[in-house]
Amino acid sequence: MNLVTVSGPPSSGKTAVILKTIDSLQKRGLEVGVVKFDCLYTDDDILYEKAGVKVKKGLSGSLCPDHYFVSNIEEVTQWGIKEGLDLLITESAGLCNRCSPYVKSITAVCVIDNLSGINTPKKIGPMLKSADIVIITKGDIVSQAEREVFASRVNQVNPGASIMHVNGLTGQGAYELSTLLYDEKVEIKTLVGEKLRFSMPSALCSYCLGETRIGESYQMGNVRKIDMSDKKDKK
Amino acid sequence: MAFSLFKGIPKAFADPKGRGVLERYNNYKSKNMITVQDIQQKTIAELFEQYPFLPGFFEENTLQVNGRIDEKLIDYLKFLDDEEVAEDRAIDKDRLLASMTIYITQMLEFLGEDEDDGVHSISILPGTNKSGEAEQFGELKISKSEIVCIVGPTGSGKSRLLADIEWVAQQDTPTSRTILVNEEIGDKKWRVSSGHKLVAQLSQNMNFVMDLSVYEFVELHAESRLIENIEDVILKVFNQANELAGEKFELTTPITSLSGGQSRALMIADTAILSKSPIILIDEIENAGIDRKKALALLIGEEKIVLMATHDPILALMGDKRIVIKNGGIHKVIETSEDERNLLVDLERMDSVVQNMRTRLRNGEIIKKEDIGF
Repeated sequence: MNLVTVSGPPSSGKTAVILKTIDSLQKRGLEVGVVKFDCLYTDDDILYEKAGVKVKKGLSGSLCPDHYFVSNIEEVTQWGIKEGLDLLITESAGLCNRCSPYVKSITAVCVIDNLSGINTPKKIGPMLKSADIVIITKGDIVSQAEREVFASRVNQVNPGASIMHVNGLTGQGAYELSTLLYDEKVEIKTLVGEKLRFSMPSALCSYCLGETRIGESYQMGNVRKIDMSDKKDKK
Repeated sequence: MAFSLFKGIPKAFADPKGRGVLERYNNYKSKNMITVQDIQQKTIAELFEQYPFLPGFFEENTLQVNGRIDEKLIDYLKFLDDEEVAEDRAIDKDRLLASMTIYITQMLEFLGEDEDDGVHSISILPGTNKSGEAEQFGELKISKSEIVCIVGPTGSGKSRLLADIEWVAQQDTPTSRTILVNEEIGDKKWRVSSGHKLVAQLSQNMNFVMDLSVYEFVELHAESRLIENIEDVILKVFNQANELAGEKFELTTPITSLSGGQSRALMIADTAILSKSPIILIDEIENAGIDRKKALALLIGEEKIVLMATHDPILALMGDKRIVIKNGGIHKVIETSEDERNLLVDLERMDSVVQNMRTRLRNGEIIKKEDIGF
């Protein structure tokens, strides 16, 4: 089985791009499955089901979605193998823009959209910087110049990545993307022992444990404060 | 599957299966590329001097230099040895250095490209339509400064043809077409590199979404292209756009408040002059607020290959040829005949009647039967 992890900011068009890409993969006779990770709610699983795709969803609820992802990725992989998939795609939103649930040996795709603004590439961490393939969406509604500038900013933070434009509505570019996602020589059996490309943000403080009250006396563990002092006070 | 992105950059580098920046870098140790060792012993000032595009990389990767410009890169980056800092900034030092060397190599390649190395022509070799029947045309070659129109109903396969061209199809798309660049099998660098896209697109649905003035907007685009005489280029784009636009606008006008015609004029002038893509695909040009004839003349003058999806008779007859698409395939290729061209004169006269009426309406005048004039 092949495995591909797709992530990207909310509403960037991940599901639309994946659906159009799966369409091309199915035409080649490949069995594709999706595991959708989200935080509180998603009904994208219904969209996948409609497209004849085997799908599971995982809602992280009160847990950090990316920690939840890593804790489950091996079980997800085994599910895909059991279902006899040729290709399993995991989809997850990078909710804090820092994380990347990318595994070192697994093809990593990041989806971002032209409408998110040209400063977005700078703001996104390893999710964008360590991806192998960067998909830029919503190119049909902005000018050529904006597309070019956006793509060049993406290239500045992740030079050497394959950068492609895909239209999630019309599917333009999805066929081409599909040719990069499946390699019949690859056979993934387990992810045990594999490593993440970048560590996840850590937090262990009273709020992680359910504290709701505000004030210093309720704050314990890994707590950090904003520097609120006036600039001139600093040495 | 190995993709060669840039002539000088090895395949391992651009291969999507070469995972992560570090692996891509490590897969490749050869002569053409700058290495980490080459740059880390230099001071930042030296690097900025040698590679004028590098400050943009620092900026985009949130590296502030603030007075540490005379430090060696290796010393400057020492702050990332602190694990906590590296975690906080979400920057991995090795990956950053690898990225930087890849970026420098890419940009040097980019700057070193000779205009003459460019695309002179593309050729489409037939594949099949949706029913699997062979397309009935020989080889369709389209050269610089040529205009080719694409006609056919919605869903007939116009987008697929365009996608084949963009992907430099090599019998590896659903139509099995082959696209040649300069009469040779196209370099796959056109597929996945941000700096090398074969096709630039202009359509009526496109809008400006940035909150910038015309000047700032064109400046931003020029900077991303690493253009040297930025000021001259901005003025050139601005003047050309105003030539095309029915109503004039200023350098200080916010791009989001341009009219439909003005926006299209700016997009066309900007794409003609500043886009690196050798092919421009136009999906109709509205018939209001823009001089379409001048727009096409500008694109041809900038030596672009112009593909135009249009059913507007004036635009279609301005083309040298038109490709008729049916059932997913190229049904036939029609050369614009002398007779058709002669019709253009009448069509343009009809068009100018309507345009004049539009102007008179805008100026608060009354329009009369005599205005029609025929």
